[in-house]
Amino acid sequence: MIYSLLVLSSPASGHGARTAAAFARCLLSRGHQLNRVFFLDAGTEAGSSVAVMPQDEADRLRPWIDLSEQHGVELVLCISSALKRGMLDENGARRHEKTGPTAHPAFIVSGLGQLHDAAANSDRLITFGG
Amino acid sequence: MKDRKTLLVIVRQSPYGSSLARASLDTALAAAALEQPVSLLFMGDGVLQLLPDQHSEAIGVKNIGRLLGSLPLYDIESVYIDAGAAARYQLDTQDLVLTVKPVDPAAMRRLINDCDNVIGF
Repeated sequence: MIYSLLVLSSPASGHGARTAAAFARCLLSRGHQLNRVFFLDAGTEAGSSVAVMPQDEADRLRPWIDLSEQHGVELVLCISSALKRGMLDENGARRHEKTGPTAHPAFIVSGLGQLHDAAANSDRLITFGG
Repeated sequence: MKDRKTLLVIVRQSPYGSSLARASLDTALAAAALEQPVSLLFMGDGVLQLLPDQHSEAIGVKNIGRLLGSLPLYDIESVYIDAGAAARYQLDTQDLVLTVKPVDPAAMRRLINDCDNVIGF
């Protein structure tokens, strides 16, 4: 089955984002396909390459990078949510004249059309958090 | 887009309590812009988004009521309101920012069941 995920929760609050990453790993291990993960609202904070987590807590960024690198999963941050939260890719940093990108390069910053496109081409769209 | 799946967006967030309220409407509008059939269901605290005369400029954010009033322009015409929540907040469903159809729990179940995709906020 082809899945896409929508993540609304911040990795810094609650467990929605962590559950989403675990769900993604699990469905891939069972032979399903994961088309795209779309991060919206506070969920976009998952893409931060500058967030520093306490040493005794699990890394919130690594599971997503692994999904992208090992399984080719597309990770997309909603552009309007991302900009408000200081999540910029190289283009965004240049366009808005900021010192540098803050989103990890494993993530793409794009529009909500990417969510609907993913849903249209998947058997299941699963939402985490909110 | 390959096909035209029907989408139901469930809105449970009060208009100015968090940015999720706006995110839910943006999600619906983006789907409508892609000519995907979209319905909206306002439940729980979400029904407060439909109140007329919102003065959001006082808190420096965009007016959700005004945005909702423009939904028919985007061809989003199927808008439903949880009748129980409307009654709890003593809303007059005839006097909201747009025309809504009050639905009971059985009708809400049918609505959710009949859509290809459901996104809950």
